[in-house]
Amino acid sequence: MDDLIIAGEKFSSRLIMGTGGAPSLEVLDQALVASGTELTTVAMRRLDPGARGSVLDVLRERGIKVLPNTAGCFTAGEAVLTARLAREALDTNWVKLEVIADERTLLPDPIETFDAAERLVADGFVVLPYIGDDPALARRLEQAGCAAVMPLGAPIGSGLGIRNPHNIELIVEAASVPVILDAGIGTASDAALAMELGCDAVLLATAVTRAQRPDLMASAMRQAVTAGRLARQAGRIPRRRYAEASSPMTP
Amino acid sequence: MDVIVGGGVVGLSVAWRLARQGRPVTVVDPAPGRGASYAAAGMLAPVSEVTYTETPLLRLGVAALRRWPSFAAELAADSGLDPGGDPGGGPARTLDLRSDGTLDVAYGADDLAALDELAAYMDKLGLPVERLTGRECRRLEPMLAPSVRGGLLAADDAWVDPRRVTAALLAALERRGVPVVRARVSELLREGGRVAGVRLAPPSPGGRDASPSPGGRDASPSPGGRAGGAPGPGSGATGSGGVHGSGGVESSGDVESSGGVESSGGVGGLSELRAERVVLAAGAWSSGLAEVPVRPVKGQIMRLRSPRPLLTRCVRGTVHGSSVYLVPRGDGELVVGATQEEMGFDTKVTAGGLYELLRDARELVPGVTELEVADVVAGLRPGTPDNLPLIGPAATPGLAYATGHHRGGVLLAPVTTAILLGELPGEESELAALCAPGRFQEIS
Repeated sequence: MDDLIIAGEKFSSRLIMGTGGAPSLEVLDQALVASGTELTTVAMRRLDPGARGSVLDVLRERGIKVLPNTAGCFTAGEAVLTARLAREALDTNWVKLEVIADERTLLPDPIETFDAAERLVADGFVVLPYIGDDPALARRLEQAGCAAVMPLGAPIGSGLGIRNPHNIELIVEAASVPVILDAGIGTASDAALAMELGCDAVLLATAVTRAQRPDLMASAMRQAVTAGRLARQAGRIPRRRYAEASSPMTP
Repeated sequence: MDVIVGGGVVGLSVAWRLARQGRPVTVVDPAPGRGASYAAAGMLAPVSEVTYTETPLLRLGVAALRRWPSFAAELAADSGLDPGGDPGGGPARTLDLRSDGTLDVAYGADDLAALDELAAYMDKLGLPVERLTGRECRRLEPMLAPSVRGGLLAADDAWVDPRRVTAALLAALERRGVPVVRARVSELLREGGRVAGVRLAPPSPGGRDASPSPGGRDASPSPGGRAGGAPGPGSGATGSGGVHGSGGVESSGDVESSGGVESSGGVGGLSELRAERVVLAAGAWSSGLAEVPVRPVKGQIMRLRSPRPLLTRCVRGTVHGSSVYLVPRGDGELVVGATQEEMGFDTKVTAGGLYELLRDARELVPGVTELEVADVVAGLRPGTPDNLPLIGPAATPGLAYATGHHRGGVLLAPVTTAILLGELPGEESELAALCAPGRFQEIS
């Protein structure tokens, strides 16, 4: 599989993992290894970056790049503050920008997200914003200097898959930065579909951490992302209403 | 003599069981019973807390729950706190031990689907749980919100008041003449490849030496949650003469009777306690004294109060995917917990933490808003990578572990002492292996 390149940095895995919801650090560690991920998000709001033995230690030991996120923020102001704290604490200028509109749906707030993205880009951050599956917003964020766009497939933790594949395709067509499908993945076929639609990577957490066998699901996701990427590059056959014999009927 | 570092439910239980066997033992803790045990809700609920990846913890918890009735009865009797001749006395009265089960309820359709899946899993494990409709749940607990969709009753689960447990353990130790040294252990004494005792830190100027904390980055965690137990002047390390001094020792008053207690003056006014064996039971602070993979996992928890109990059994619930529990006490106290945060040794109680607890508790039991807020506290659970404790001898002679109990210190106390004292029957030997410290690459 070809490399994923975000802001000039190369990754051989196209599966980005989240850490939320893991029942224990050991289970999380096994799942991360099985997933083959090289980039993993960590929520900064419920974590002391200096504490020993935390999820950050697990990532460091495995050589996985940490992508701090601003989960739990409801305003651009909070998100910018959280991103700056993360930059100081973790010595990275990368941030997954996440500004939530309401607690029940956890859908991203497009206006606060755009506001925060502009300010963070101006402040020298590599910004990866989590957004709805809105092609217009995705384009605007790219123009604002974001390093990638991360449209959702469905609400966080819902496992509903990709509810609007058409919009994801529109975002992919227009984007010249990586498109990372974020949120909504329930099982391996969802991840494969995201890649077949042309996404450059998939970000998921709950689908693995809350599975009955997290390590097994992580392995399934890894293979699904690879399969989806290869299928996209191979070029699928057009859909036909009627059969077409694979061996010629006439010599 | 055995020195037990840490006076929480685990450390005190170990000391008490050793003392019952007639072993000389001393406990060291700057504020006994004021750590994680002080914050804990005391749920003895191995069945309702089972998760897909943690069946070993389930087996350990079930073995512990089975031991609780006799553990509690012996403790109640030994503590002398049991009002004699009172038919309502015994462990139920002394420790508020109740065995009416846990009701795990689901709030929305999504929560119900998750509960159904869990029920199927429990069924597969052969666990004794009963699937209930929303109306059946409300017949059992009329204060539940009408929006509760359904539930699972784990009828064998129980709960206890951890603050009463530590009080009873301290009383039992006092009656047996076991010294409880109110001091912080600064390090383990290592001599010739073995652990030979502990070094006691001098009392801090403010007398608020809150924890057996290690050196290092968070060397002085906020004593917030433990301040009530702050030792007074003269407590802590007592220089030459050690535990024979009056200030630093809480005992029956006849410290000499415990015998075997030796301490000697150390460099710079420090004091030492020598021991044949040191049992490290310092919870979240254990990793500062030995190389154990134990980290603090912060939990914020509230205690509400009403004239009459709102609930008759433990209620756990999932509200839009986030979980909360409510534990009723006989005296009208209702414990609402608990957050799980990876914040190092931070013990600040936060607005957001309390908000989340109350938000979810109110969805399940709307009446909680009428209750008085009696107490809010943040404690530090000693988490391990696999959520199982470390119990048993360390690689270093003279050192044993009883730590890393994460969310289960109260539940697991009886099985911890059984493992550590070698009282586990053959058919349960697997449990000792599950908790063996050697499963981690510890260097100590």
